[in-house]
Amino acid sequence: MLDADFFRRWMTATAASVDREAERLTALDSPIGDADHGSNLQRGFRAVTATLEKEAPQTPGAVLTLAGRQLISTVGGASGPLYGTLLRRTGKALGDAPEVSEEQFAEALRAGVDAVMTLGGAAPGDKTMIDALVPAVDALRDGGFAAAGTAAEQGALATTPLQARKGRASYLGERSIGHQDPGATSSSLLVAALAEADGE
Amino acid sequence: MSDEKQVGIVLVSHSAEVAASVADLAKGLAGGGTSVPVAPAGGTEGGGLGTSSELIAAAAASVDRGAGVAVLTDLGSAVLTLKALLAEGDELPDNTRLVDAPFVEGAVAAVVTASTGADLAAVEAAAAEAYSYRKV
Repeated sequence: MLDADFFRRWMTATAASVDREAERLTALDSPIGDADHGSNLQRGFRAVTATLEKEAPQTPGAVLTLAGRQLISTVGGASGPLYGTLLRRTGKALGDAPEVSEEQFAEALRAGVDAVMTLGGAAPGDKTMIDALVPAVDALRDGGFAAAGTAAEQGALATTPLQARKGRASYLGERSIGHQDPGATSSSLLVAALAEADGE
Repeated sequence: MSDEKQVGIVLVSHSAEVAASVADLAKGLAGGGTSVPVAPAGGTEGGGLGTSSELIAAAAASVDRGAGVAVLTDLGSAVLTLKALLAEGDELPDNTRLVDAPFVEGAVAAVVTASTGADLAAVEAAAAEAYSYRKV
């Protein structure tokens, strides 16, 4: 079973991973975006860990809802409402149970990913974070955290040959081909952090 | 001019200057001295390019006279942040709506319409209609 501490560790591990990879995320965002993805997410997840420490939410749902709300208010780019919606909807789907099963979490995360697709209007293959998240949710249900991390990373790598159809990169048309999508890359960091949180 | 409560207008842009200028432009074209509450919410809190949910929430609260708030946005994170705030449920005044309209033309149409004392639906319709104004 997964408790509030597990989800706190997930957020802390994500923040550490985003810190480590911030320069790479911003570099990926330079040719096809506005070169702020790493710093935006770094600011957001640092604020998430700070607010989780301060407010100490007691249930898995409360941890993710608070984290999502914090991302919406601190990131300042499109990734704020997108990641914020992902975590908040996942948190809301978990309700106020003190512990949830991996199956319940997988189902809730799918609801979160669906909400991101509704908000941003992106579908698989549009070269967005959805290309990492959808395979991750499928793998999570069937194979657990490690499998989800692998699927998300492969999904992010597979965005390179795609042409962007959503967001600022879509204005570049064919010139967006040949670059790995920064949002899919940061999504793979978020998913990979699940196994880290599970291992501690 | 009407004594009725007027619809509030919030203009959200990635740039503080763009939001403030479009607010001035719309108020100016609505006729000097219009009492329509219009508030810009541009850029990040640090003054950079981007979107701030705090600035949006503060702007919406500042123009809320009880007749609803129409929010116009430019693109990308401005749209997504507003939608995420609306989904949140408690961050914005009751009867706040994201209006699907071109930013500059829609803002002018919204402010002029609101200055007649029109309700939120009429302000929204006028702003959206700005899409049909062809230039060639």
